[in-house]
Amino acid sequence: MTSVSHEQPSPRESPGRRLSKYFYRHPRLSLALLLAVPVGWLAVAYLGSLVVLLLASVWTTDPFTSQVVHTYTLDNFRRILDGHVYRDVAWRTIKMAGLVTLADAMLAFPIAYYMARVASPRARNVLVVAVLMPLWASYLVKAYAWRTILSGAGVVNWALDPVGVSFDGYSSTGLWLVFTYLWLPFMILPIYAGLERIPSSLLEASADLGGKSLRTFFRVTLPLAFPAVVAGSIFTFSLTLGDYIAPKLITSQQFIGTLIYDNHGTNLPVAAAFTLVPIVVMVVYLLVARRLHAFEAL
Amino acid sequence: MTHQTRRALGWSALALLVGTLSLVAAGRGGDGAGGGEASGDKASTEIEGLGSSLEEIKSKAKEEGQVDVVIWPGYADKSWASTFTKQTGCKVVTKDGTTSDDMIDLVSTGQYDGVSASGNASVRLMKRGDVSPVNTDLIPNYADVSHGLKNQDYNSMDGQAYGVPHGRGPNLLMWRTDVVNPAPTSWSAIWNATPTVRKKISIYDDSIFIADAAIYLKATKPDLKIDNPYQLNDEQFQAAVDLLKGLKPNVGEWWADYAKQIQSYANKDIVIGTTWPYQENILKGDKKPVEAVKPKEGTTGWSDTWMIYSKAAHPNCMYLWMNYIISPQANAKVAEWFGEAPSNPKACSFTTDKSFCDAMHANDESYWKNIYYWTTPTADCGGKGGTCKTQQDWVNAWTEIRG
Repeated sequence: MTSVSHEQPSPRESPGRRLSKYFYRHPRLSLALLLAVPVGWLAVAYLGSLVVLLLASVWTTDPFTSQVVHTYTLDNFRRILDGHVYRDVAWRTIKMAGLVTLADAMLAFPIAYYMARVASPRARNVLVVAVLMPLWASYLVKAYAWRTILSGAGVVNWALDPVGVSFDGYSSTGLWLVFTYLWLPFMILPIYAGLERIPSSLLEASADLGGKSLRTFFRVTLPLAFPAVVAGSIFTFSLTLGDYIAPKLITSQQFIGTLIYDNHGTNLPVAAAFTLVPIVVMVVYLLVARRLHAFEAL
Repeated sequence: MTHQTRRALGWSALALLVGTLSLVAAGRGGDGAGGGEASGDKASTEIEGLGSSLEEIKSKAKEEGQVDVVIWPGYADKSWASTFTKQTGCKVVTKDGTTSDDMIDLVSTGQYDGVSASGNASVRLMKRGDVSPVNTDLIPNYADVSHGLKNQDYNSMDGQAYGVPHGRGPNLLMWRTDVVNPAPTSWSAIWNATPTVRKKISIYDDSIFIADAAIYLKATKPDLKIDNPYQLNDEQFQAAVDLLKGLKPNVGEWWADYAKQIQSYANKDIVIGTTWPYQENILKGDKKPVEAVKPKEGTTGWSDTWMIYSKAAHPNCMYLWMNYIISPQANAKVAEWFGEAPSNPKACSFTTDKSFCDAMHANDESYWKNIYYWTTPTADCGGKGGTCKTQQDWVNAWTEIRG
């Protein structure tokens, strides 16, 4: 026994050290362990439930009890493709999602531009808080509040009354207003981030080359910020496409979300088959968005 | 990330996915086997954990401390549920159902101990095996329930009770008296809408409403020979659906959420429509100018049953609740609160308004003659023979009408 070993213990003897060396030598294993939980969560909770849902679309239901019977059929898809109801509802919803996205983009761009390019740092902070504030309130409260606003006895009609106009708030126009309000922050934030990322040097270069402000905006700012607009539109479009609470509260019309909601208890397979429509629409939308470089702006 | 790592990750993700799915599939397979029909001589009323005597139930309920029930709005208001909690130690946790389909859906999640099911839900719940037969010997107040409500096809199977009758009532025609003049007495007020009420009609958003169309046709189109508004053949069904398609442009709102309907009547966005007495009570309580009647053609209605979930987590509390809610005092309170006839005639002496039972025609059977209790449409026309449209046909047609 010597005292030397006590003064300088070999690092190899610590098990923690040995483990860390082992992982160092096996980088793939350490990566797999690190990602196991998040990837597992994604696979089980997201993809797993989606696959189970889509599996349900090929079963049938008992005509009396509405219970799912595990008999294979493609009738559910046939019903959705043949029946005009499902086509009308899908088209109505896609149109609504498109119009909401358009309105949000037009409202959000000036606000985001002001926040990113014009406002003082102090004003910018206030605006960021103001944009985020509505997201702290419950979605349901906001939807019910809009129901009151749009009512025949609500503030909109009260304001229009002196002019002699009455507005049917519980219509697709009313719903369009509600959606545009609800999803606006989801459009402002990506555009704001996108505009902030544009280097001032580019704008200065444009000015140096004789570009007036309008020309600079259309030739430099807008093309550079466009991917951010598309990124924001992914949120506004998909949120409108799937929502069922606002349509239930505001209109008497059916949308994709409400139709699935109404069918999930009485005919689960048809409801499951119908979910393919928004899935396909969103996949196409995302492919186009990727083409437009929206993912780099997220 | 290198190409190899990416591939390794991809494979492990796939393996995880397949593993999970097979687990889920196995779990579902087990469920399917349990949903069979209850058959045999006399269905067993046994539920795991349920006491075998009233004393045992009472002591076990204290340990459970809670009962979760799916209810029609207002069926377990604090003013009588708190008394129950004081007596038994069971806290009452409620979840409102909006339609019978909604209630079946909620019960089948397995999170609830019981449900106040209407006829169109109760029959399916029994068939699905979601609810358990009930040993009425353990429910002392059952003896007092009206004879005419016991052992009906919507609350029993093969002579075995599957719950306790709660009460019954009609779906009404309600209107705002400051807009609709004179007071309507017929459903034609909505089926042949005048310009004043167009786009301001409120209709119940459930396929069962097709029966309301059938009731109107039964009175106005005798050629169709409609007998039971829930069991319709092709021709009768088509006529009802066509009538509803004609109504659609005039509908201002399809309601299932009673709170939404109350708001619409209060704001005059809706001036006429079909409703439950519950909304009438609340609107009149708020001094809104509304009135409601049972129209001359008759109407749809309900006779509700408290049922216990076959795998209830708190069966003892649920048994005590079923006993409590048909006790004269509680049955009087809930009947008056919702606006329905109590199932226990003794309740009539406990209502705040002493003439309440007379006003509800609780003991006047002739009044109930043209009230058709909600029930499930079946292919065999409710056992009468012939070919009728099924529940699924009704649901599909409703999707068409609403779309």
